[in-house]
Amino acid sequence: MAALVLNEEQQMLKDAAKRFLSESAPVSQLRALRDNRDETGFSRELWQSMVEMGFVGTLIPEALGGAQFGYVGMGQVSEQAGRNLSASPLISTAIGGVAALLLAGSSEQQQALLPQVAEGSLLLALAIDEAPRHAPNRVATRLQVADGGYLLNGRKTFVVDGHVADKLIVSARSEGAEADQAGISLLLVDRNAPGVNVERIIMADSRNAAIVSFDNVKVASGDLLGEAGNAWAALELTLDVVNAQLAGELLGLSLEVFERTVAYLQERKQFGVTLSTFQALQHRCAHLFSELELVKSAVLKAQMALDAGDAEAAQWVSLAKAKACEVAELATNEAVQMHGGMGMTDEFDIGLFMKRARSVQTLFGDYRYHANRFAALRGY
Amino acid sequence: MADLDVFRQQTRAWLEENCPQSMRTPQRADNDACWGGRKFTFASEDQKLWLERMAARGWTAPDWPTEYGGGGLSQQEHKVLREEMARINARPPLSSFGVWMIGPAILKVGSEELKRQHLPPIVRGEIRWCQGYSEPGAGSDLAGLQTRAEDHGDHFIVNGQKIWTSYADKADWMFCLVRTNPDAKKQLGISLVLFDMTTPGVSTRPIKLISGSSPFCETFLDNVRVEKSQVVGEINAGWTIAKYLLTHEREMIGGMGRTAAGQKTLPQIAVDAVGLEDGKLADGMLRGELATWDLDAAAFALTAERVLDEAKAGQGVGAASAMLKYYGTELNKRRQELMVALHGSDGLLWEGEASREGAIARNWLRSKGNSIEGGTTEVQLNVIARNILGLQ
Ligand SMILES: Cc1cc2nc3c(=O)[nH]c(=O)nc-3n(C[C@H](O)[C@H](O)[C@H](O)COP(=O)(O)OP(=O)(O)OC[C@H]3O[C@@H](n4cnc5c(N)ncnc54)[C@H](O)[C@@H]3O)c2cc1C
Ligand SMILES: Cc1cc2nc3c(=O)[nH]c(=O)nc-3n(C[C@H](O)[C@H](O)[C@H](O)COP(=O)(O)OP(=O)(O)OC[C@H]3O[C@@H](n4cnc5c(N)ncnc54)[C@H](O)[C@@H]3O)c2cc1C
Repeated sequence: MAALVLNEEQQMLKDAAKRFLSESAPVSQLRALRDNRDETGFSRELWQSMVEMGFVGTLIPEALGGAQFGYVGMGQVSEQAGRNLSASPLISTAIGGVAALLLAGSSEQQQALLPQVAEGSLLLALAIDEAPRHAPNRVATRLQVADGGYLLNGRKTFVVDGHVADKLIVSARSEGAEADQAGISLLLVDRNAPGVNVERIIMADSRNAAIVSFDNVKVASGDLLGEAGNAWAALELTLDVVNAQLAGELLGLSLEVFERTVAYLQERKQFGVTLSTFQALQHRCAHLFSELELVKSAVLKAQMALDAGDAEAAQWVSLAKAKACEVAELATNEAVQMHGGMGMTDEFDIGLFMKRARSVQTLFGDYRYHANRFAALRGY
Repeated sequence: MADLDVFRQQTRAWLEENCPQSMRTPQRADNDACWGGRKFTFASEDQKLWLERMAARGWTAPDWPTEYGGGGLSQQEHKVLREEMARINARPPLSSFGVWMIGPAILKVGSEELKRQHLPPIVRGEIRWCQGYSEPGAGSDLAGLQTRAEDHGDHFIVNGQKIWTSYADKADWMFCLVRTNPDAKKQLGISLVLFDMTTPGVSTRPIKLISGSSPFCETFLDNVRVEKSQVVGEINAGWTIAKYLLTHEREMIGGMGRTAAGQKTLPQIAVDAVGLEDGKLADGMLRGELATWDLDAAAFALTAERVLDEAKAGQGVGAASAMLKYYGTELNKRRQELMVALHGSDGLLWEGEASREGAIARNWLRSKGNSIEGGTTEVQLNVIARNILGLQ
């Protein structure tokens, strides 16, 4: 078994991401985007710099313009994005979109699209869920055969970056009943295609999502990713890739919020002493520290298992996402509480971390979803 | 073929040939363990044979130097040996405070004489050790210990009382913390000494636990003569050594909640006891609690692995042992609570033929001590808060 440590290249990538994102995409940037009611919801200039840093192409093969650093490599970028609450289409495009193309797309599709992603000229978004609670098998959106191609009808929610994506990657049902895993297809749809309606929604974390509806949208057969009705396995693996990175983002966010809280306790005085002298707070911090150590291990294992093509990767991913959700919730709640009244203010960043955490927790399955999946995968 | 692969093949073949079949079944009760020592009666011929064969290769202490009877294995070879033993569900040939605790301390700071005297009998399982740290007035505040060692030139005369000494009545030797300088700051006047439990003035009295067994004792020390050659490391430097030893102990106790090779996992036990409905455990609330535990246990096992990997790579947090001890013992207590709960009234059987020696209930009660022995949960949290987080 491979050692649960970063190799030298991965460590270098982590250091580079740390330096870059803390300078170029700090929390204050998210705050400014929110306060200015920015239309895009992220800085396109930042995205271009992330392209130049090679972050956007982390998962893309070298031959197609990427850096091919793997899931552990991308995990280092995700973690730092979590620490800085960096707003960018990393999850929607560089992770989710790229994974779907790599896992379900043909080599022609990959060759046509991945170089565009790597150079920053193409944004993608995953349009998977149809109800507020994650259930990727519940697909009512229908894909019907119609004169040499297909017609798409239905409605998707919580499509992260759906309002800016050039192309949407949509799950739709070719056959079967609403909750069947069999019969699901994946396809590419231009956001501007006739019949596509995109409604931008702003979430509590000040990041973007969209409700997307499809009304008799024409889809060419060349825009199907894989075979019609046969995309479940690729979809599941795509979601595993994304969840392993979301877990990494949650880890970074939790570590940051924890470190800020510890620093606050060392500064703030009450009763003539710093808050850090109170054992009631010390023990809660020590517990949280231990939980964070568990999350670090679970996240690294999940990303390594995906890199290695481990047959049990799904289990490791659900472990990582579940633990990361649980501990992010604890870390952000404790942070607000231990900051006292200050934690409740908009001026302090702590609340921004809490809001982002809940959003990432909810996206593609929360603690309960992944604990349930973990148990099912382990036969109980 | 790489050297390590050759080693793996040879080890596999040797184990296949030398590990008796009956030693390839899970260790169920405490008395399935082989503790060795002068007073020990082997549970079976196989148990004795298994110890002798492993000891002859030094594999009861695989990473100790061969000159003291150890196996001389590198960390990687040791890992291979563990994996190959796990592969056939081989039981540990020896459970030993000598191998786990005092041996590493003697190796690290002991004199050449002490190494030659004590290490080989530990490897062979001939001498069983007990740990004399805690006293009635010094538990969490261990540095406050009062047992006095008076200097008599070439030897000390020791007076005092120890308590909670695990297996003191079954042990042959004790490693013991004593105060050699009553005038120094409390941490600076302590020494670690070794003596034979048959030395005049040493007596023990067993204490019965809530689990019904009596694994530990009060130990009375009444004018006990201890040679100065039996001091481990420098005189008055015992506290540093004791802390080093505690690190070992904490990592070991922290590992107790893990499922050993060949044993059923907790969810598998639950499926057997409760049954499945549509592929899911029939009791939905229990299933949820079990999944929560299972997630924590899996992430904890990965963390123990990562800490080892980081240590090998020269990275990692120093005080990791406090975190492993804290989390591991709390996890094991949760496991034992779930074991009782999922077995319903069977989980509380105590005596009689149907009870299987009351193993479920007794293990549950014994686990409560995990977060007390080797430094309590609260003490571990203090260590993390102060030493790692700088909260003080
Ligand atoms: C929504 C809201 C409305 C409010 N309305 C009013 C109002 O109308 N009028 C008014 O006067 N005030 C009001 N307050 C202020 C409120 O009473 C204080 O925020 C509260 O008393 C805590 O004080 P603090 O914010 O300074 O936190 P701190 O005292 O700095 O506490 C920070 C953290 O340290 C912990 N802590 C502090 N001391 C100890 C200790 N000895 N042992 C263990 N832990 C400790 C606290 O529990 C907390 O988790 C309001 C606050 C909020 C959030
Ligand atoms: C099964 C078992 C086996 C043992 N085997 C051995 C052995 O072989 N050799 C040996 O020497 N000892 C042994 N011990 C003793 C063990 O090390 C002590 O019991 C332990 O150190 C706690 O000391 P105490 O019992 O005096 O509890 P106390 O120190 O009196 O603690 C009582 C409670 O107060 C809490 N507390 C104490 N100080 C603090 C603080 N500063 N902050 C917050 N909370 C605090 C504790 O956490 C605990 O919950 C064993 C104990 C058990 C249960």
